[in-house]
Amino acid sequence: MDISAIFQIAGIGIIIAMIHTVLKQMGKEDMAHWVTLIGFVVVLFMVVRLLNDLFQEIKTIFLFQ
Amino acid sequence: MEIIQIVGIGLIATILTLVIREQKPIFAFVLAAFTGIYLFLFLIGKIDAVMKVLENLANRSGIPSVYMSTILKIIGIAYIAEFGAQIVRDAGQDSIASKIEFAGKVLILVMAVPIISIIVETVLNLLPAGG
Repeated sequence: MDISAIFQIAGIGIIIAMIHTVLKQMGKEDMAHWVTLIGFVVVLFMVVRLLNDLFQEIKTIFLFQ
Repeated sequence: MEIIQIVGIGLIATILTLVIREQKPIFAFVLAAFTGIYLFLFLIGKIDAVMKVLENLANRSGIPSVYMSTILKIIGIAYIAEFGAQIVRDAGQDSIASKIEFAGKVLILVMAVPIISIIVETVLNLLPAGG
């Protein structure tokens, strides 16, 4: 996990917003919402993995575990 | 010169957050959280080095390791609580953020209770008997 992940998240966000707009124009509102939800879950996975790393580091440094 | 990298990451992430917030605010929040975590991970190696030095000093000066580990745990709790509270506050949930801070304070107090009781005992031993 490195700095390019920040660009990945931003890119996913922009692309999802684009897809959302296109699907909305086509009149498929429910599909648009699903796309948003799935994109969010993907991004959330990246963040949670990094958060796990962070908490493990903090545990080993401060809490002697 | 890691500070240049850190400031650069912060600036880029801020700009990207501003761009995305127009379209999808939730992605902006996730991006901000990710950046915060990343910067914290960046710094934690340095903190580790400082902590090692502190531990070494404490061992040499003969301070009981209970005190040292308690202090380190308190610092860890403070870092984690502050970090979480700031991310939650970024998302606009001030009430949850203040609860997280409150929980951090309470847990720190719980950790500090043994030390406080030792201090009280020491003071009581210093007092003349029967006084």
